[in-house]
Amino acid sequence: MADGPVAEVLLRQLEAADGGLDSAELAAELGVDHQAVVGAVKSLQALGEIIEAELRSTKRWELTAEGEEIAREGSHEARVFHSIPREGLAQSELMRLPSGKVGFSKAMSNKWIRVDKSAADGPRVFRVVDSVEDEVQRRLQLVQGGQAEKLGEKERSELRKRKLLTEVGSWRDRPFKPYNFLARGVLPDSGHLHPLLKVRTQFRQIFLEMGFTEMPTDNFIESSFWNFDALFQPQQHPARDQHDTFFLRDPAEALQLPMDYVHRVKRTHSQGGYGSQGYKYNWKLEEARKNILRTHTTSASARALYRLAQKKPFTPAKYFSIDRVFRNETLDATHLAEFHQIEGVVADHGLTLGHLMGILREFFTKLGITQLRFKPAYNPYTEPSMEVFSYHQGLKKWVEVGNSGLFRPEMLLPMGLPENVSVIAWGLSLERPTMIKYGINNIRELVGHKVNLQMVYDSPLCRLDAEPGPPRTQGAA
Amino acid sequence: MNTSHFMSKRVCRQWGLTRHADCQREAGSALPSPGPELQIKAPVYKRVTPNGEIQKLIITEETAKIRPYAVAAVLRNIKFTKDRYDSFIELQEKLHQNICRKRALVAIGTHDLDTLSGPFTYTAKRPSDIKFKPLNKTKEYTACELMNIYKTDNHLKHYLHIIENKPLYPVIYDSNGVVLSMPPVINGNHSKITVNTRNVFIECTGTDFTKAKIVLDVIVTMFSEYCENQFMVEAAEVVFPNGKSYTFPELAYRKEIVRADLINKKVGIRETPENIAKLLTRMYLKSEVIGDGNQIEIEIPPTRADIIHACDIVEDAAIAYGYNNIQMTLPKTYTIANQFPLNKLTELLRQDMAAAGFTEALTFALCSQEDIADKLGLDISATKAVHISNPKTAEFQVARTTLLPGLLKTIAANRKMPLPLKLFEISDIVVKDSSRDVGARNYRHLCAVYYNKNPGFEIIHGLLDRIMQLLNVPPGEKKGGYVIKASEGSAFFPGRCAEILARGQSIGKLGVLHPDVITKFELTMPCSSLEINVEPFL
Repeated sequence: MADGPVAEVLLRQLEAADGGLDSAELAAELGVDHQAVVGAVKSLQALGEIIEAELRSTKRWELTAEGEEIAREGSHEARVFHSIPREGLAQSELMRLPSGKVGFSKAMSNKWIRVDKSAADGPRVFRVVDSVEDEVQRRLQLVQGGQAEKLGEKERSELRKRKLLTEVGSWRDRPFKPYNFLARGVLPDSGHLHPLLKVRTQFRQIFLEMGFTEMPTDNFIESSFWNFDALFQPQQHPARDQHDTFFLRDPAEALQLPMDYVHRVKRTHSQGGYGSQGYKYNWKLEEARKNILRTHTTSASARALYRLAQKKPFTPAKYFSIDRVFRNETLDATHLAEFHQIEGVVADHGLTLGHLMGILREFFTKLGITQLRFKPAYNPYTEPSMEVFSYHQGLKKWVEVGNSGLFRPEMLLPMGLPENVSVIAWGLSLERPTMIKYGINNIRELVGHKVNLQMVYDSPLCRLDAEPGPPRTQGAA
Repeated sequence: MNTSHFMSKRVCRQWGLTRHADCQREAGSALPSPGPELQIKAPVYKRVTPNGEIQKLIITEETAKIRPYAVAAVLRNIKFTKDRYDSFIELQEKLHQNICRKRALVAIGTHDLDTLSGPFTYTAKRPSDIKFKPLNKTKEYTACELMNIYKTDNHLKHYLHIIENKPLYPVIYDSNGVVLSMPPVINGNHSKITVNTRNVFIECTGTDFTKAKIVLDVIVTMFSEYCENQFMVEAAEVVFPNGKSYTFPELAYRKEIVRADLINKKVGIRETPENIAKLLTRMYLKSEVIGDGNQIEIEIPPTRADIIHACDIVEDAAIAYGYNNIQMTLPKTYTIANQFPLNKLTELLRQDMAAAGFTEALTFALCSQEDIADKLGLDISATKAVHISNPKTAEFQVARTTLLPGLLKTIAANRKMPLPLKLFEISDIVVKDSSRDVGARNYRHLCAVYYNKNPGFEIIHGLLDRIMQLLNVPPGEKKGGYVIKASEGSAFFPGRCAEILARGQSIGKLGVLHPDVITKFELTMPCSSLEINVEPFL
């Protein structure tokens, strides 16, 4: 627009004009819309130091339709006055005249007329003065002639109150450009939470709602003892290979282990006991001492259960944790060396596989998953073990959503837990439900420094149970 | 899938559930619930002494230092088909991978007995003294030569280390000096098994006697099905250096007694002892009710080395009952939940950091030494970092001691995003600490960075003020308050670095990052950062 015809004319005229130009005048002169001139001014301003523009607001006045009528015919009160003959006029008749009702009270307050209420055939109106000056009409005619400034502020104000005058340029008269409601708004300047951690918050919430206490898991470094041996995972198990587990060079070995407990664990592995045959191999302390990056948070559960076992008498407990674990495995689109594990544990007298299924049903219901199936599975430290499957509507098949089981007696009894106490546990990864929920295919876009920040900016609230369907009623399942 | 396969798969899985595709498939397919479809009786495995001479394997004392144990057995009059033959080989490989711990604990050798003549000798000799034609090769080589040849063999190179540096290598001969095998590396070609083999001599050598016996039991039980006398395995005798003689395979059946109510209680069902005995029998654990009517006597076959506790039997009962038939009930455990205080604080802070306009990142806890030292102008020894042994790549050398590199790498990977970039992370770092039982500990850090055309120190400083406000820590040196004091830091621009002191201790630093740091992290704009330990505020 800066190179358009309006802008060109503007520049030429500005060159010639000494005291500047008025945009409204220019618009009138050129016969263009005022906005066109404004537009040209703005574009010229955007180019840099070419023109200077000052915003001034002026008020202009115009007569309303009624005002125009009065300017033509005279004010209502003047008309009332002129319609009263020398002998007066019955008030009732006066009121029937066009300007009668409106002009009567004004003419009265101007003391132009009077009413004789005692007249023979009803109240009668008489002139008081011989002639009047129709000030209102005169003023309106001044405005009509473009000389509104000759009137005082008070006079203009009064006429405006009587709706005989309006200010030009007030919004009521303006045409407004229609909004394009299809365009986007301006996003507020906000911070954002990471999608994986939003999901973590929801899972924490679910556990807390179910009465589970959060276990301390603030130790990425763990000894092989707590990560494997205490869980009755044998020392020759392939998972303890360099290939699956990160071993430490420094600090290479755990400094302290609870030795009484360690001896019981050693005996159970190598000879059996607590009703078990054991694994019948040479259990070595130095193997148990080896420090690693924990491969699961079940090591934290073991520590928690051991602490629980030291408290006599036994009180039932429900624990959970959600934290980072490390596996030294082949990496691909859905696997990284670090991920987050979610784990829930219940320790109580007489817990059964049926209880495990029941609590899993409640847990998964809170995730919006109601159709569950269970299949036998294998874990070194649980027996019986179950894989939990749910039906995925989108993929139209059963997918695994978690792993679970009862901890083996060889794990629980050496800790000192009473014999009739069972401990049920289940776990799943945090990354998998997050990737499904937010539709992410490559885990590197979610976790780590190669995260897709735009995705973090745009990701919605995490509502795990937001599924279409009838609202669920409260009460026991 | 025959029943023996089913049994042995469970044993395989006990000793290492691998992520191989076939195991995934295994895990996916439901273990067959031996219901009405499988009406066959459980096989009864027997060890039989041959009418003629029993095959003998004599162990000499030279093996003691390398691979002391050996067991052996014979499968007589076996009928292989292509499928059975492939399966036979595959089973050995699977066993090698898991229970045998990649041949280190046990190695299996199977031989065509008709090409050999016993008794067999298991000894150990100097590598240069061992010469034979190995499997699938056309000429003879010494053991030294073989070690070299197999260094480039993708399959065998992984097992060389087990014997490579020993003065003597294990080797098995027959009475004519034919080499059966050089465990755990390779068998001889002479006694190679083919589809036409009728009599198989199996030897397992290793460092774990229990495992060797189990492995032998697994193989013979699985493949005795294809012998003329089904499920019969011919005995072999093994003589140890001390003169003691053992007969194999053990094929031990043992009996366990479990109370019916234990099974009911653990599974959460209410079956009669008779029904439970029926369920277990369907799982090939022949059971009957004995004693006072509540006890069940269960016969555990040699295919079930995985049963070592009553809970293993409980699982079998549950599987036979059908997991999806068990009634779901809620535990009556009443507990009041507590949050871990550090996590509770973290959750509160995260929300307000986002409210302050910063975006949360989630970075890796493992990184390279450079990331936490060189790139920040520090020496690695000054960081008290925890080091990982044998990292596969530099990305796994150490555990992070600071959150800063992760955030800077996140910016570098998101360079095309509009400026300013304001990131934060509240997560754990790791340092060595000899006061902890493992010798290391985590600290919960909060780190924030501001990356823009201008360094924005005042913005990061403002963020610190806001955080202190949220933590209810007043400004000023009075007790319980915080101040920042000019400081130095190799990662910071000189004169633009401050230490943060709160509640009497240093909790971290903030400042404008040094241009060298910017460059080393492949960034191009100025950046200021803040990192504090939040644990003092618990």
